[in-house]
Parts: sequence; structure tokens; C-alpha cells
Amino acid sequence: MTTAGHNFERGRSLLQMMERIRAFEEQACLAAERDKLVLGAIHPSIGQEAVAAGIMHNLEKEDILLSTHRGHGHTLAKGASSLAMMRELLGREGGCCGGKGGSMHIADFDVGMLGANGVVGANITIAAGAAHAIKLAGDKRIVVDIFGDGAINRGPFLEGINWAVVFKLPILFVCEDNQYSATTRTTTMTAGDGAAARAASLGMRSTTVDGNNVELVADTMAEIAARLRAGGAPEFLHAKTYRRTGHTSFDPAGYRPAGEPEEEEKRNDPIARQRAVLQEAGMTLADMDQLHEDAQNEMIDVLKQAADTPFPATETAFEDVQDIGSPAVEAY
Amino acid sequence: MPKLTYRDASIAAIRQSMQEDSTVWCVGEDLGRGGVFGQYKGLREEFGEARISDAPISEAAIMGAAFGAAMTGARPVVEMRFSDFALCATDELVNQIAKARFMFGGQSRAPMVVRKPMGLWRSSAAQHSQSLESWYAHIPGLVVACPGTPQDNYSMLKAAIACDDPVVYLEHKGIWDNEGDVNFDEPYEFGKARIRTEGSDVTIVSWSNTANLAVEAAEKLSREGIGAEVIDLRSLWPWDKEAVLGSVAKTGHLVVAHEAVAVGGFGAEVVATVAEQAGHQLKGPVRRLGAPRSLVPYAPNLEDMLRVTTDMIVAAAKDTLEKGK
Ligand SMILES: Cc1ncc(C[n+]2csc(CCOP(=O)(O)OP(=O)(O)O)c2C)c(N)n1
Ligand SMILES: [Mg+2]
Repeated sequence: MTTAGHNFERGRSLLQMMERIRAFEEQACLAAERDKLVLGAIHPSIGQEAVAAGIMHNLEKEDILLSTHRGHGHTLAKGASSLAMMRELLGREGGCCGGKGGSMHIADFDVGMLGANGVVGANITIAAGAAHAIKLAGDKRIVVDIFGDGAINRGPFLEGINWAVVFKLPILFVCEDNQYSATTRTTTMTAGDGAAARAASLGMRSTTVDGNNVELVADTMAEIAARLRAGGAPEFLHAKTYRRTGHTSFDPAGYRPAGEPEEEEKRNDPIARQRAVLQEAGMTLADMDQLHEDAQNEMIDVLKQAADTPFPATETAFEDVQDIGSPAVEAY
Repeated sequence: MPKLTYRDASIAAIRQSMQEDSTVWCVGEDLGRGGVFGQYKGLREEFGEARISDAPISEAAIMGAAFGAAMTGARPVVEMRFSDFALCATDELVNQIAKARFMFGGQSRAPMVVRKPMGLWRSSAAQHSQSLESWYAHIPGLVVACPGTPQDNYSMLKAAIACDDPVVYLEHKGIWDNEGDVNFDEPYEFGKARIRTEGSDVTIVSWSNTANLAVEAAEKLSREGIGAEVIDLRSLWPWDKEAVLGSVAKTGHLVVAHEAVAVGGFGAEVVATVAEQAGHQLKGPVRRLGAPRSLVPYAPNLEDMLRVTTDMIVAAAKDTLEKGK
């Protein structure tokens, strides 16, 4: 039995996606800390899964996504293969980027994911350009560009948003506000009323949502996507959430007030909140536990398979640099 | 003499400079918690928020504001966190800071240090691993420092802060934990190399962490009876031509090794200078080691393909000696 008005199938699929993201990142953290199989830094989005799940639920495969260093969730929700992603984190053959990019540069162009980015804020102007090309081609796709709360203090934030407004591009900018930028509480370094107010000051329609309420994120995104697909002006979404881990999986994050992450987890975990919604709507605990277990099993298996995959062939180190004058001839 | 890490040596240099000169001001992201690599640990507690300043993620503003402050009486130490992110402030550094004194007819100075940790570091991939020292050596107006040891990270950083020219200060982020004796009284003069190992058979010129590999290479070579002289340039602009030419006059063999891409690397400048001024003294072909002109990959086995290793330096030294016979 489901509650009237609640889209039960959607709610279930949102929960499922959040469980998969959580399980992927838990395994990725284990691979980094326990197994030492991930050498570079990984930036988990544990506790922020609702943003990825709620937004991507409303995108088609052809739509475009650009993301950040904290982009596993976005990428998985956009439809990338968990195995190819885990292989990339482990630097293996068959990784999304052939093991050349790692966690911070995951991209899967087959599902419209044009890349995570190691440079904060860099994706904002690039995303505007992707939307510009779509407009030039006159097709119906839309672009979503996600960045953190820290990124709004970089110049490309102003330049990219201004560009999108001036050219009336089919793009949604999302500030995924987890309240921290590395070891800094972002508000201590940010003037004014924050991300949405800044975008609004350039004439951009801006919405602020509780980013840990996946139903709300999905509802809001459904409306925004409909407006963009109908030829509407670019928009801005400020999704408020919380970074439950350190900046990287290696960061103990001792700079946070004592008890803060625990309190957030207890009060504001997006998965627990969605479980409560679905329970209310009639889903059994056993069904929900099954989703959890399936996700866990998928990602445990994915880590095993990735760990059993060989490293890339060494000559690939010199492939895909450029067509003309590639290092194979130029190298010393 | 205290034993300090490369990291702690830099902290000591900043601490002393800040104690001696109240205009020294450190600014960058996350400095209040000690900086990304802990290279400011303890300084906030000692000097307070105003002098050890956090910054928004605004590289252009950090660099530009520090420049404005430098022209107005402050002596900023700018932290760019990874040399790669300093590229977000290239206009400020290259078009503004480097040129101000000259364009304004000598009216202004930009006494500032721009710290840009560089180099390969644990699978950090293409956007967090670059060594771009040759770019800065190419820009008139900038001093370029590449310390490779704790002693030099102390003496050179102190000298950089005291210097009235803008200094691009490129620490190597793979060696923060390297330990060594640090003599706080050892001065440093830009443009003076350090002879790390003496020898009379072959000259090995290097800087930054690769100079440490060159020292290891010299140890290996000496076990085979080959005397390598390792010259750690330490600063690339100005650089110590006399030390290099003097050594080549003695050995007649030159190897230059650096981590950066070989093509257009600063090694080319060293080699060209030797060719021009001491070509007649060379007894074997010059050997130049640097990364292939490829991007830094993430997978550890691919990353290794770009590394200049101790064994490669050994082989290059033997090669020039062999061909010179
Ligand atoms: C231009 C630039 N400056 C600094 C960094 C180092 N850095 C990486 S992530 C990060 C914090 C970013 O905070 P935010 O935008 O809020 O994203 P979050 O990490 O919270 O997801 C910083 C400072 C960088 N990658 N790029
Ligand atoms: Mg943040």
C-alpha cells in the first residue's frame, strides 16, 4: 500500500541509487585505507548522496554532466559502470579513463559525463560552453554543472554564470554545499548571502533546497529540467548538505566541532530519511534492507573484480597525448 | 645542529623571518590549520590570524592582493598549495608581478614569495603533479628557487623572504618528510649552486628532488670507481654557470637531470650554455634526462614511466663516459 500522491517507484529507485553510491564509496574508502589499493586522494560524498540521486534521476543519458573532485556519486547516478569506476580508482585497465585519471578525473562520455575536475571551479565555464554548443546545434539536451560551496569564490563562477545568462543557455548550475572547503568552514571565507544570492544577482532563477531530502531534490529538479527543456533560461540550485567525512579519505578532520558529523549522521542522513519516507509510503523494512544488501554485494564484488584486473599496459602512458608530435617519437 | 624535515625547515624559516620583520604576511587557503602539507603548522598559534591568513579559494585574488600589498609595504608569502593551482593566477604573476618594477620605471618593488609545491606525488595524476620551473625561468622579473634539501629549504626560504624581487619558490611535495641537518646560520645567496658530491670524471647537474637522486647515483658510480660531481643548482634564475662550467672544465662530461618534461626543460638551457661556452672541453656527448613529453598518469605503473630514476642517471653518466673513450 502506498501513500496517495507519493511516487513510490521513483522513491524506491532514489533510495536504491543512494545505497549504491554509499556502498561504492564505502568500498572505495576501504580500498584506500585498508587495502592500500587506491594510491591517490579520494574525496568521498558520504552523506551527500541525495543531491546526486535526486538530480540525475531527471536527466537522460544524452544530457551532459560536469562534476568535481567529489564526483563519484554524480557519475554513478548518471549511469556510469561501477566496475569501470572502481577500476579507475585502482588505476587498472578498463577503468573509465584507462587508469590515467583516477578518482579526481573520472569521466564517462558514453553517459554524458564530461569529467570530474581537479581544479576547483574550473568546470563552471566549461559547462557553459557545453550548453553553448547544444544551443548552437539546436538540440534538446540540457547540461548540469555541479561544484562545491568553496568554488563560488573563484572567478570562473562569475564568468560562467554571466556567460550562461547572457547567451540564455540550457544549463543548471548546482552548488552542492557541504559547508566545508578542505579544512575551512566555507562561510568564514564567503561574503554576502551565499551561492544562490550571487546567482540571483545576475538575474538567474535560483532555488535553495534541503539537499539531504532526496524527494525534494528530485521534485525540484524535475521542474527545473522541464523548464530548461522547454527552452527556459539557465537556472541555479543551491543544495544544502553536509560533508560527513574528512576532505579526503586520509583526512581525520579534527578541525570540526566535536560531535558535528555524528549529529548530522543521526539527524540528517539522506538514506535514513528516505527510508522513513518509504516506510510511511508502505515499503517494508525487508524490501529496503534488500536494496541495501544488493548494493553492498554489488560494490564488494566490484572491488574484488577491480583488484583482480591488471594495471594498464605501460605503453599507454604515451598514448592519447596528441595526434601530431606524440611523445612516442619525442620522448628521450 | 638540529635535524629537521624539509617541512619543518620551512616552518623555521618563516617563523624567524616573521619574528624579525613584522611586515611578513602569509596568506593562502587552509593556512589556519597548518596548510595542506603542514608547512605552516604552529605559526597561526604564534602569529595570529592577521599574519597567518586563511583565504577563500580565489587564487587570482590571493596572488593579486599579495602583489598589491607588496607594493604597499607588506612582504607577503603566498601559498598556492599545488603549483598546478597557481596557473589560476598566471596573469597576476606573469603580467603584473613580474613586470611591475620595470614597466613603472623602477618605482615599485614586489617583495613577495610565491610558494608552489610541485612534482610527482603519490598518484596525483595530471593536474596535481606538474613541474613547471622552466616556465618561470623564462619570465624576466622572477627569481626561481627549487630547494632539494632541508638545509636549503631553510636558507633559501629565508633568503626569498628577505629578497626584494618576487621569488617563485618551488618546493617538491614528495620530500616534505626528508630529514637532514639544518644550520640556522648558513646563509644563502641566489645563483649559488651547492656541490653535493665532488668528483672529477663526470658532472651531473640537477635541482629539486632529482638532485637527491643524483647524489644516490654518484654513490653508486663511486662504487664502480667513477667520480661523479653532483651540482645542485638550487636556483634556476639566477643560476650558477660558473659552478657548472668549472666542473665541466675538470670532467669533460655532462649529464643534466630533472623531473620536468625534457623538451624545453631548464636542462636545455644548461646544456646550451655549456655547448656555447665549453663545447671544446667536452669529451663525450651531453646527456639530458627529463620526463617524456607526456602527461602524468594516475596508475602507479604508468606514473613510473615518466620518472627519472637513480639508475637512469647512473646509466647516462656511464654512457657519456663510454662514448667519450
Ligand atoms: C583552483 C584550486 N584551488 C585549490 C584547490 C585545492 N582544493 C581541492 S578541493 C578544495 C575544497 C573545495 O571545496 P568545495 O568547493 O566546497 O568542494 P568540496 O570539497 O567541499 O566538495 C580545495 C581548496 C583546487 N583543487 N583547485
Ligand atoms: Mg564544500
